[in-house]
Amino acid sequence: MTGLAWRKGKSAAMTLLLAMFTLAVLIPLVLIFVHIIKMGFSSINFDFFVQIPKPTGETGGGMANGLAGSAMLILLSSLLGIPVGIFGAIYLSEYGGGRFSDLIRFSADVLSGIPSIITGMVAYTLLVVPMKGFSALAGAFALALIMIPIVLRTTEEQLKLVPGTLREASLALGVPLWRTTLKVTLRSALTGVMTGILLAIARIAGETAPLLFTALGNQFWSKSLTEPIAAMPLQIFSFAISPYDDWHRLAWAGALVLVTIMFGLSLAARYFGRSRKYNS
Amino acid sequence: MAHDEAGLTEESVLQEIESRKWQLKKRFSGDTIFRGMTVLFAFSVLAILLVMVAGMCRESLPAFAKFGWRFVTGRDWDAVQGSFGALPFIWGSVISSIFALLLATPLSVGTAVFITEIAPKKVGGVVASLVELLAAIPSVIYGLWGVLIMAPWLQQTVEPFLADHLGFLPFFSGAPYGVSMLAAIIILMIMVVPIITSITKEIILAVPQSQKEAAIALGATRWEMIRIAVLPYGKSGILGSVILGLGRAIGETMAVTMVIGNTPQISLSLLAPGYTMPSVIANEFAEASSNLHSAALMEIGLILLVVTLVINVLARLLIWSVTRGERRGSAL
Repeated sequence: MTGLAWRKGKSAAMTLLLAMFTLAVLIPLVLIFVHIIKMGFSSINFDFFVQIPKPTGETGGGMANGLAGSAMLILLSSLLGIPVGIFGAIYLSEYGGGRFSDLIRFSADVLSGIPSIITGMVAYTLLVVPMKGFSALAGAFALALIMIPIVLRTTEEQLKLVPGTLREASLALGVPLWRTTLKVTLRSALTGVMTGILLAIARIAGETAPLLFTALGNQFWSKSLTEPIAAMPLQIFSFAISPYDDWHRLAWAGALVLVTIMFGLSLAARYFGRSRKYNS
Repeated sequence: MAHDEAGLTEESVLQEIESRKWQLKKRFSGDTIFRGMTVLFAFSVLAILLVMVAGMCRESLPAFAKFGWRFVTGRDWDAVQGSFGALPFIWGSVISSIFALLLATPLSVGTAVFITEIAPKKVGGVVASLVELLAAIPSVIYGLWGVLIMAPWLQQTVEPFLADHLGFLPFFSGAPYGVSMLAAIIILMIMVVPIITSITKEIILAVPQSQKEAAIALGATRWEMIRIAVLPYGKSGILGSVILGLGRAIGETMAVTMVIGNTPQISLSLLAPGYTMPSVIANEFAEASSNLHSAALMEIGLILLVVTLVINVLARLLIWSVTRGERRGSAL
């Protein structure tokens, strides 16, 4: 029973085994989605979007402050993370090329592999301690540190795809290099750059660990950027580990909303990614 | 402006030079400033990394001065007594990550091979994007699912079964808590699978077609082709992706914190609760009771940082060694 039949049988068996592995990988995914959708939809209502969490013991309430807080944190961190990422990428693709560029690229790759909780600790040391308090600003700073390497690497890839002839045409018309870079090179790569930005936002929208000791979370509305601020992931975390069913319900609703927002962002990113390929 | 030869005085020449200088400056200053800005922002990436390492070193100094190397061998973690030993957390991180990787590696590599070499193109594409979805879910949602759905299931079904049938082994002894090392291992496994799968997929795609055709031409079956031509070629890259997954598993905070039980003990049993390095930081850092306490947590953070830096550098080098020849840029 050796020879060809044995070998073919073995090949078929391994094929089956690999298919089963794939199935085993997909099962938890399906389970997680089914639960988020089932539990989320049965928990979500209008109050979720307009009310802040009720104190323990009272039913109802929502995550309005968490939604607004997350939006605020994303906006603030984008203000820092996007320009730094894009300008850094412009250096790498338009000016760089030597050892220094390799070092920057390497740092960005390494930075994106650092656990996000470390980013939170660093933001705590740099901002929370000197400012003597947890704040939205510190949270946004921690998130920006996560955004920068993502925006930098995706933007660089996109800028490199812009044909050199476009740059040369603009320079030959007497446009200074910096205007050429902004108005021609970056402009041509814009859709791809947007993809990177959206992916980075999708990534930080779900980050919890870096906010634990920077933004801290807030049961109420925050009045200023130097106060602790609520965020969706933080609320989901504290409600999930609480012993109250009503808070679990809010956590599931929050999870559904968060996942929906994130998938919306990555769908948008794909849309931008696709239209870029179409253009070139 | 008169350019009459007779009208040239020292003063007018100097004026002329000044105005031309100014024009030149005006023309080139935009470029200079712009270039300066890009250099500054690019450099800031390196600066962030250096500030991180330096800051963590400085902040953890009080703990290192007090405990020295005993910090990593001590088992006692008591904020009230001011006695800090990190071994239970190091143990928890190592055990949870290693077992998660042992389970995830065959599943991920198998899935990557299935997507690229076995499944019809359309099916492979669908599976690949589903796996990407898995990677996009935030870790707090894995934690939510883990603590409210998976842990009760483990407590009621899986752990009693393991204790009944394999309870004679020290690894499966003790009462079923649900939140346990086992729960952390399973949640980490689910979370690292997409990383290893997507990078391994890229690496398999980088295997030259001629390699595979050569194997087929020699009469190899499909599995033999995979075993002879595909896997050996991508060996170091696949190893790199596994190490990258290890880095992710060791640094994973929220999901693990929510399911591991947060008990600083060293137990052989996978059914017992444990604690990891990121979890203790997440739970205690905001409310550290003393300077020494926060310095001790900083030192745990520093250990975590150094370990993940080494892991990432190693993984990147391995992955680059395979994909660099085939396509530009990293697989990520």
